[in-house]
Amino acid sequence: MDVTPPKRSRPRIDRFAVFWASPSLVWQVAFFVAPLVVLVWMTFWRVKNFKLEQDFIPDNWIRIFSSGFFYDAFLYTFWMALVAAVLITLIAFPAAYALAFIASPRTRTLAIVALITPFFTSYLVRIYSWQIILAEKGIINGVLGLAGISPVNIIGTSTATMVGYVTLALPLVLLIQLFSLSMVDKRLVEAAYNLGCGPLKTVFKVVVPSARVGLVIGGTFAFLFAFGDYVSPLFLGGSKPPTLSILITDQVKSGNNWPRAAVVAVVMVITLMATLTVMSAVAYRRRGGAR
Amino acid sequence: MTDKIDMFAFLSRGIGRRQFLQGAGALGVAAATGLQSERAYAQEKTLNLLSWPGHADPAVVKPFEDKYGVKVVAKEYVGGENMLALVNQSPPGTYDVVLSDAEYVVMLRDGGFIEEMNPADYALDTFFPEFQKFPGHWLDDKLYSLIIRFGYLGIAYRTDALTAEDVASYKILWDEKIKGGVGFFDWYLPSMGCLSCYNGNKSPFDIDAAAFEKLKETVFSLKPQTSAFYSMADTFASLTNGSAKAIPGVGDWITLLLAKDGVPVDATVPAEGGIQWTESMSIMAASEKKDLAKAFIQYMTSAEGQMASALMPAYNASIPSKAGWEKLNADAPAEAKRLRMTFTERNVMDEYKDGKIHIRKTPVQQDIDTWNEVWTEFKSL
Repeated sequence: MDVTPPKRSRPRIDRFAVFWASPSLVWQVAFFVAPLVVLVWMTFWRVKNFKLEQDFIPDNWIRIFSSGFFYDAFLYTFWMALVAAVLITLIAFPAAYALAFIASPRTRTLAIVALITPFFTSYLVRIYSWQIILAEKGIINGVLGLAGISPVNIIGTSTATMVGYVTLALPLVLLIQLFSLSMVDKRLVEAAYNLGCGPLKTVFKVVVPSARVGLVIGGTFAFLFAFGDYVSPLFLGGSKPPTLSILITDQVKSGNNWPRAAVVAVVMVITLMATLTVMSAVAYRRRGGAR
Repeated sequence: MTDKIDMFAFLSRGIGRRQFLQGAGALGVAAATGLQSERAYAQEKTLNLLSWPGHADPAVVKPFEDKYGVKVVAKEYVGGENMLALVNQSPPGTYDVVLSDAEYVVMLRDGGFIEEMNPADYALDTFFPEFQKFPGHWLDDKLYSLIIRFGYLGIAYRTDALTAEDVASYKILWDEKIKGGVGFFDWYLPSMGCLSCYNGNKSPFDIDAAAFEKLKETVFSLKPQTSAFYSMADTFASLTNGSAKAIPGVGDWITLLLAKDGVPVDATVPAEGGIQWTESMSIMAASEKKDLAKAFIQYMTSAEGQMASALMPAYNASIPSKAGWEKLNADAPAEAKRLRMTFTERNVMDEYKDGKIHIRKTPVQQDIDTWNEVWTEFKSL
């Protein structure tokens, strides 16, 4: 009997796959990796008389990291994004569940169209519409006034910013959750019922774990959108307090200080990458018993 | 000069049937003659203006465009530092004319971005004497910029929330009845300038370390009163929808248009004093169309251009040309009255003569960065 181990052949490069993957790869390198390298490099430049000068000094990092307002902005942005992610996930889930498990196919299709429709309108226009609704002399206070309730101040608050975040991310998160829940094996749900599992227990013991990847990815998208958003904190939150994206524009518009803005941007990119890594690990980790 | 490359620029322009047919025709011509000559022609027929929003509005520039067969194309900015940044980072020759606030003219001159102008080329003798040799425009006895329009900054307020007596002093900003209703135009210079007036600084922007520390305290003490920090467009919106009851550091340029549309707003210069803003035009040193740039500034300083500038749809302003006032009073007396530029009643020039108005400057004893950081810190409180 021949016991000679088979010759190990070199892994073949799938040229077909490489060919079709290369455009997006080239795009990513040219428009993400390369600019990111320049961005990091720029953090060490200096500004003299409003003019950028190439250099290699740590001053911008020191200046930003020794400013109290940077930490305030970072924490505020992070917490707001985290709360937005949790809130949007919780708001989206019941609707996505109903569409995936209860609604008729026709209703589901209509709902998907309705969820995609907001993407056809400008986000900025939607935010301006919220201004009209939330303003002191806006629609909400108009209705409250009719009911004899004194007006509430919503514009220029974190609540208004959160409304903007939900407007931005809810449709997408709901769609992701819907597609994810649609993939859940319905037989598992039936089996849970047959074995005496109540509706709530079935949701948390069967449905949620089965759709975990979609739910986590949806929440992560909400976090990413909210963390980098500029429009809602500015036009609804009134820059009070500023988020990191507002801090970036402040650095640029007030003194052409691109290097300091780049420091803030690099911190944002690192935070987002770290969040994405952690959330991917959470989404794709194996269950303890399956090892 | 560097050519702009924008493969998708055509997507950003509106197109009608006629333009579509013209475009189709031009495509045929381009195929025969080459695209290069078309681009050069377009460049030749354009005057590039760097300005605050609204200055290339057809209501202002159309007569000039018609006369010279050119298109005035504006790159708009908000804030003097933003303007300097754009000037610094753009290739030479990008702009032909720059409209800047008076306090930035010296920086433009020192950077070599603008060139000396010949006073004889412009109708300076039709200006009020106060503006014929305006400080900051004449440097080393040479003219570098011409004032086009101006206004006063004090407090803009909603008249359904505050009375004229209320806003006679900046003290109202700390009043309990507008708690959470004091908005800010998000630019440190006019906002902190007005609060510096409140602190009693005779030269609001030329203050020593102790006065600056006091100014910082004054600014920070307004935090509980603050509604929000507004962009230029949002400043109009906040007064309209009532989010802001009072905004220090702005003035007529906001309220005149809103009041015209029926919004209950007004502006005043409180007893402690106010700030004067000015917008002035200079010819860019690297412009390849200096004659056209000169003609544009001649138009903007003429009676016709001055009247158009006063009534500019984006935001109205006072004008320095007496001839412009005369034309405004003759052609649009109601507008002249609304803008307080009549000769028979108390007018904006009288207010100028009252001595309460300080010309806006960049910080003298501190650098811009220091003031800016205080402003950013204030926003973060």
